[in-house]
Amino acid sequence: MRLILPLICLAVLAVLPLHFSDYGLGLLIGAATYVTLASAWALFSGHTHYISLATVAFYGAGAYTVAVLNEVLPYPAILLCAAVIGGTLALIVGLSTLRLRGVYFVIFSFGLAELIRQLITWYEVNVTGTLGRYIFLDITTRQIYWQMLALGAATIALTAWIMRARLGLALRVIGDDETVAAHSGVNLARVKLIAFVLSSVILTLAGAITSPRYVYVEPSIVFNPTVSFLTVIMALLGGANRLWGPALGAVPLFLVFEFLSSNFPDTYPIFLGLLFIGVVFVVPDGLISAAERLTRRGQVRA
Amino acid sequence: MLTTTVILGLVLGGTYALLALGLTLQYGIARIMNLAYGELTLLSAFVVVALFQGLGLSPLLTLPLVAAGGYGIGWLLYAVMMRPLVARSQGRGRLEVDSILATFGLLFLIQGGLLLAFGANFTSISYLDRGVTVLGVSVALNRLIAFGICVVVGAALVVALKTTRWGLIMRAVALTPGSAPLVGIDVNRAARQGFALGSALAAVAGASISMYQTFSATAGVVFTMKALVIVIMGGVGNVPGALAAGFGLGLIETFVATAIDPGLTLAATFAIFLLVLLWRPQGLFGARR
Amino acid sequence: MIGITRRTSLRALSLGMVSAAAMTAGMAAAQDDTVTIGYAVARTGPNATGAGITTIPNYELWVDTVNKAGGLAMPDGSRRMIEVVEYDNRSANEDIVRSIERLATQDEVDLILPPWGTGSNLAIAPLMARFGYPQMAVTAVTDKAPEFAERWDRSFWMLGGGHDYATGLVEVLSAARDAGRINDKVAVVSVADGFGIDLINGARPAFEEAGFELVYDETYPLGTSDFAAIMNGAQDSGADSFVAFSYPPGSFGMTKTAQSMNYNPKVFYISVGGAFPIYPGVADGKAEGVMAIGGVNADSPTIQDYFQRHTAFVGNPPDSWASAITYASLEMLAQAIERVGLDHAALAKELSTGVFDTVVGEVRLENNQLRDLWWVGQWQGGSFRAVNPADKEGASEPVIPKPEW
Repeated sequence: MRLILPLICLAVLAVLPLHFSDYGLGLLIGAATYVTLASAWALFSGHTHYISLATVAFYGAGAYTVAVLNEVLPYPAILLCAAVIGGTLALIVGLSTLRLRGVYFVIFSFGLAELIRQLITWYEVNVTGTLGRYIFLDITTRQIYWQMLALGAATIALTAWIMRARLGLALRVIGDDETVAAHSGVNLARVKLIAFVLSSVILTLAGAITSPRYVYVEPSIVFNPTVSFLTVIMALLGGANRLWGPALGAVPLFLVFEFLSSNFPDTYPIFLGLLFIGVVFVVPDGLISAAERLTRRGQVRA
Repeated sequence: MLTTTVILGLVLGGTYALLALGLTLQYGIARIMNLAYGELTLLSAFVVVALFQGLGLSPLLTLPLVAAGGYGIGWLLYAVMMRPLVARSQGRGRLEVDSILATFGLLFLIQGGLLLAFGANFTSISYLDRGVTVLGVSVALNRLIAFGICVVVGAALVVALKTTRWGLIMRAVALTPGSAPLVGIDVNRAARQGFALGSALAAVAGASISMYQTFSATAGVVFTMKALVIVIMGGVGNVPGALAAGFGLGLIETFVATAIDPGLTLAATFAIFLLVLLWRPQGLFGARR
Repeated sequence: MIGITRRTSLRALSLGMVSAAAMTAGMAAAQDDTVTIGYAVARTGPNATGAGITTIPNYELWVDTVNKAGGLAMPDGSRRMIEVVEYDNRSANEDIVRSIERLATQDEVDLILPPWGTGSNLAIAPLMARFGYPQMAVTAVTDKAPEFAERWDRSFWMLGGGHDYATGLVEVLSAARDAGRINDKVAVVSVADGFGIDLINGARPAFEEAGFELVYDETYPLGTSDFAAIMNGAQDSGADSFVAFSYPPGSFGMTKTAQSMNYNPKVFYISVGGAFPIYPGVADGKAEGVMAIGGVNADSPTIQDYFQRHTAFVGNPPDSWASAITYASLEMLAQAIERVGLDHAALAKELSTGVFDTVVGEVRLENNQLRDLWWVGQWQGGSFRAVNPADKEGASEPVIPKPEW
């Protein structure tokens, strides 16, 4: 049962684009992208409570990889390269930073995205002498959607597996208390690093997969910090430490943004601001917890 | 050449330090990571420009006004928005997440209001834009004034925190919010004052920025980031540290721009910032807690 | 498991939203006596400023003007009112792409107006081509315009490329040097993004070929707010000409810094922002002689009339570079519709081959590009006048050296 229903859902989601207009497909891609980003983000941050704002550093790196390599390598090889680059980047960053805690980690991760953007810009300007690259790949919108859907499903499946495995337990212990975790024999550095690298590779792939939709790529376009913020908000809205939490936060928020920006283009930021404040005050533990509290059948999980 | 770099760097650093003072107070004393800090700065800058263009009031005259306004807004924000979050959170981690989310919402709220009220145009005024020669280097008078404001305000804050009873309370709350009530300190009151004072400083920074810089309603994040970098480098809640880090950053940026490559100024900022975070997360001038 | 039912209900929700949108679109299409025009412009995010100055006011002014005149004239002589569908693209490419999909397939608008910015226009170009809409890419400066016009045959590139502007500037400076008014040293700074790089890459060889020496040549990152160090370097370089390929915050900041440090090069050239109506205010009333990108024929009665209407409708005059072109592109659209109707293929053909009467004069596209443009302008006597190409009708004589601040 636990496997069959998600698989049916996945199958339904996979055939949806055959019946949808391009705009419907665009919505599906957007929703699938944010479900993937939020789930991947929560894979690392959900249990450890390390709020990372580096999402766009990896997402942008993925898009940029495609932009650089799209005329040189076949598409699958580009995706592989993106994954390797994202993983390496995450490894370097992880090795040097995961001992930072709390707000220091938050700010570090934000600074990281900016640093990468500045360095790529400088490199392009001074070494290659071009800024702004073009992606002309023969990939249809539907293919992008299917890839993103597969990546999203893989992310959620991976999360489900990790939550049951030793790794998930270790992550939860770290989130509760790092000192206790260390005393109970958890290899802090290794556990955090594995989760961080996994999460980052998925984020990088997500950026690589959507990038053919952009056509034109420039550091200021792909390293748009809003992506990092939205990912965090979506995951937290749904409940970052639940399997379906990030997905549950991403889809409605994505649709609300879409609704607001089309119906109230002038006052959209004001609505958005009120929405955020509302989330913090009304559903602080995420929608899932709120729903459980409301129906009083929530059994407390970690 | 060297004097030029040093003087230009110090003047630039003064404007940076002034920007960071308020944020370091808000985070250090009130424990609120205020992501809408840059928007508060912008709000004040827009008000100063509106008063200057509409009524012909000089920015230096309106500066105390917007500072008072900033204090009021900060006071209200803390009492209405932040206090419930503080009361709700038991541990510090919880408050961090909540305050980041709530002030992120505030950021959009203010930005939307600014866009509605002032439009998306670039705003820039000319006020005291003439050059003054300092040790043979020509510096804009308005920048020099901002530098002066920074030095005066920074010194006053340092002295007040060091020598007065109020300063003692503030430092106690910043250091150990848990045990401050044991010695009869009203933590809520102190935090509210810290937050309000931080907002007032944001307003002062905004007023001085409006005199020399081009800005638009969407530029708030840039100010927040700059302030954040300096706050972290100086040590959270550490006023002398923020001053030193601000000046240091100004010097470094000017040095990189003149001696290495102007294209690397921002990269250098973030690289140094990340190094500081890794090497001394408590800040260059902070004590280990 | 509980999560699954949620997932299904979510899907139902998204389906519901989509079908609701489809219903409104159907209603709009049913009203056949209006022309629906859609655009997704940046109301928020980093592009909001550019869109707010150049793009949105002109769209609104044009729609207002057309509707007050009774609507768009059709080939059969009837008039149809314009109905606008507008979205905020949040300055994010993903949203830009999706909003075009929405306008084209959900709202099924008759025409789509482009967003602001080179990157945004490139992002929508493949979609516009796929849905068959003509794309009047006005606020896109790119040297690859010929290539793009070929790749997407219904796209029209209206603002030239970086090389054009750089070459135009070098022409102006060469003439001044040959007349002995400036030396052959140039200090040039450029902003590190696609626009600045395009311009500097065009300028370097052009300067070299004309026998100029680039004694100071640096880039600075987007977001730089302090220009004291850069201006100091330029001042010390001994160049008579200061050239900045910059965006508005940089253009304004450099102007102020140059004034406060009393840096008086004989040529002071900045890029975007120099032609903005607020520039003289930024320069504290001392804009006389400052050169910048773009320009208009300030003596032309149609331009003067356009400036007046823009000021009356928006509250401030337009910028003297891309605004008039934006408005002209809309006039072209209206005239093409009057001749051939709303059929996209016919419309694209007419835009490509027709001759149009606009605020910038008579316009005819070459290979789907507007080439008859002003490259360099200068503040003279309180208005921003075009000075290059010097042989184009309405060009003013450049004032070099620039009067001191």
